[in-house]
Amino acid sequence: MKKNSFFGGVHIDAHKEFTNTLSIITAPAPKTVYIPLSQHIGVPCQPIVKIGDEVKMGQMVGESRGFVSIPVHSSVSGRVTGIQRKPTANGRFVDCIVIQNDFEDTLYESIIATEEPDKLTAKEILEKITNSGVAGMGGATFPTHVKLSPPPDKNIEYIILNGIECEPFLTADHRILVERSEKILQGLIYLLKTQPLAKGLIAIEDNKPDAIQIFSRLLEKQQNISLVICPEKYPQGSEKQLIYACLEREVPAGGLPSDVGVIVQNVGTAAAITDAVEQNMPLIERVLTINGNGIAKPQNLSVRIGTLYSDLVELAGGFIASPSIVISGGLMMGTAVFTLDIPVTKGTSGILVFNDSSPFAKRERERDCARCAKCVDVCPMSLEPSSIAAYARKGRWEDAERFEAISCVECGSCAFVCPCQIPLVQYIRLAKQYITSKGQGPTNPLVK
Amino acid sequence: MENTNNNLLIASSPHIHSSNSLDLAMRDVLLALLPAVFAAILFFGLHSFLVITVCAISAVFAEFVAQKIMKRTVSISDGSAALTGVLLALCLPPSIPLWIAAIGAISAIIIGKQVFGGLGHNIFNPAHVGRAILLASWPVAMTTWTLPMAADAIASATPLALMKANNFAELPSLASMFLGNISGSIGETSALALLLGGAYLIWRGQIDWKIPASYLGTVAILTSIYGAINGLGVIYPFYHLFSGGLMIGAFFMATDWVTSPITKKGRLIFGICLGILTVLIRLKGGLNEGVCYSILIMNMATPLIDRYSKARIFGKKRKEPKHE
Repeated sequence: MKKNSFFGGVHIDAHKEFTNTLSIITAPAPKTVYIPLSQHIGVPCQPIVKIGDEVKMGQMVGESRGFVSIPVHSSVSGRVTGIQRKPTANGRFVDCIVIQNDFEDTLYESIIATEEPDKLTAKEILEKITNSGVAGMGGATFPTHVKLSPPPDKNIEYIILNGIECEPFLTADHRILVERSEKILQGLIYLLKTQPLAKGLIAIEDNKPDAIQIFSRLLEKQQNISLVICPEKYPQGSEKQLIYACLEREVPAGGLPSDVGVIVQNVGTAAAITDAVEQNMPLIERVLTINGNGIAKPQNLSVRIGTLYSDLVELAGGFIASPSIVISGGLMMGTAVFTLDIPVTKGTSGILVFNDSSPFAKRERERDCARCAKCVDVCPMSLEPSSIAAYARKGRWEDAERFEAISCVECGSCAFVCPCQIPLVQYIRLAKQYITSKGQGPTNPLVK
Repeated sequence: MENTNNNLLIASSPHIHSSNSLDLAMRDVLLALLPAVFAAILFFGLHSFLVITVCAISAVFAEFVAQKIMKRTVSISDGSAALTGVLLALCLPPSIPLWIAAIGAISAIIIGKQVFGGLGHNIFNPAHVGRAILLASWPVAMTTWTLPMAADAIASATPLALMKANNFAELPSLASMFLGNISGSIGETSALALLLGGAYLIWRGQIDWKIPASYLGTVAILTSIYGAINGLGVIYPFYHLFSGGLMIGAFFMATDWVTSPITKKGRLIFGICLGILTVLIRLKGGLNEGVCYSILIMNMATPLIDRYSKARIFGKKRKEPKHE
């Protein structure tokens, strides 16, 4: 009997009840958008507009350089007023094209409905996906066309759509599954066309019964696509864990899903692919959840890429009390940001705001490891987080490497269960940085 | 929008934590010991309660003084010192003088724990260190057993001593063994009370079932074989399971976080080795009981077991990491 699950992991209160029944609201476009030139993993874009240029909605404003790169497009129509450095959620400062919105939403000329999209060849579909700047919308923002172009020796047997959304408080993917189900399915059909041997799987966690119901109905007529219902457990949405849950295949350490014949795409990405293929519409908006006890009106918003977090907070009714922590992404893997002056990118899945009365705004004192081994029990990669963290603390990078720190997916399960409140993920990240940079990393703050 | 974000908390993910903490875990273990404490008072009277209290207080006091002297953060509020005291008290004979009990608790904390660097750094189970020190220092007081439910302290042999002497006729009934109405250490006699506590800890996720299961399982299998060879009947292994410090050892001592292996496979190996050692000492050794020494010996093997029982890492074929 297949369990549709993985080993390790934790059960977390999902806190999804605030927003999982709220329909996606289209947020009004802001006065100004800031389009980051690097919204993906890979080479940043080259700006192709000048200050003073008039741009239309969906017009390319930054072109990709190299294969692992994707273009960026204007999410409004208006005038380019500058190129400005802005912090992004991952802490890096990135050049952004500043566009003053004229509120006309004039579409760029190339954005027209594709005639007979069913007849497109694999190559044409890939080209449309590339030109539309589609990147993984689950958070990692890996360029989609790169994923879809595996080395020729890899046979892709399955394309899995990731509708797990195991992060607490986030419901954007859930709402997309419910409200844009046909678009997602269509996106998967286009994806399958690019990989002629592949079967489609749509994976949904059992805490989304409404989405499961919709898709079991939709997939009745589909020969080549099936639904996988996974029991709720964190981090099911992690690519390697999801592949294991669906197919019991292990992505080799240091390898890619294509090594086991699989491509995983987020459900939001699939919907964006449908827009790209059928309408030639680039990825200029995305759905995100704004939530937390520090937000007056938690909701799921469809927002233009380049909207500032501060604009979204205002749209969601502003703060309740003064915010203590703002997280871009989810509670388990998201980044605590230091400012709201951050533009939404293709990978922004949520903004969580918590004030002082929330437990998430507090950190307990770190204690010495009591060797309880809870981290070992929950690690979905079967690592020893406590040992790696102890080595990282001492600056013993070779030992951390020997304990395979590099395999860590940074899901945070270990730190979540640690009774001694050790920031295990932080230590492991430090070790990973050192291992990947071969000792050329920043000075270790822990070793004097 | 006004810039309200000058004081935002910046921290590494994850930003959510399970409610578990060291303090909570210690409280859970103390709670799990309550049935055994009640059983102790029921069977051995108020003096046993005094022993428990004295041990707990002396342990906390010793921890406080040691941490002050060593200029460490005083962490008596986490409950780990009190727990060591209670655990020690539960493995002492009911008639133990209070001052000896206090010395045991103090040595458990100082020699068993603080000299190694405090919680998380000790090699041996502190309570068992305390017990071993007392056994070496006051062997008579430490092996004077009294009858349960007796008005006066009447010396009496423990079931393990009777078994060792092949005196099966005088053994109490299995029901008395299970309930705890037998002579033995304060908190070790009632298998029922300890099983309740152990079940609670497993249910709460504070201990892993692997160590108690493999420990008790090994003892049961080995004593069954011994019993079968010597024609001692099918209930013989149960006498071993319910007597001495095996139950408290399996659920509360061997499962001590700090001194037991962290790998999953390692915990099974640990439990099996404990079972073998305990049976060896009980059947072939000079002592009647082997739980305490088995655990102390296996504590020493913990780093070695951890080293050679690494799990296969997801996506790796070979067993990594290798050791140089």
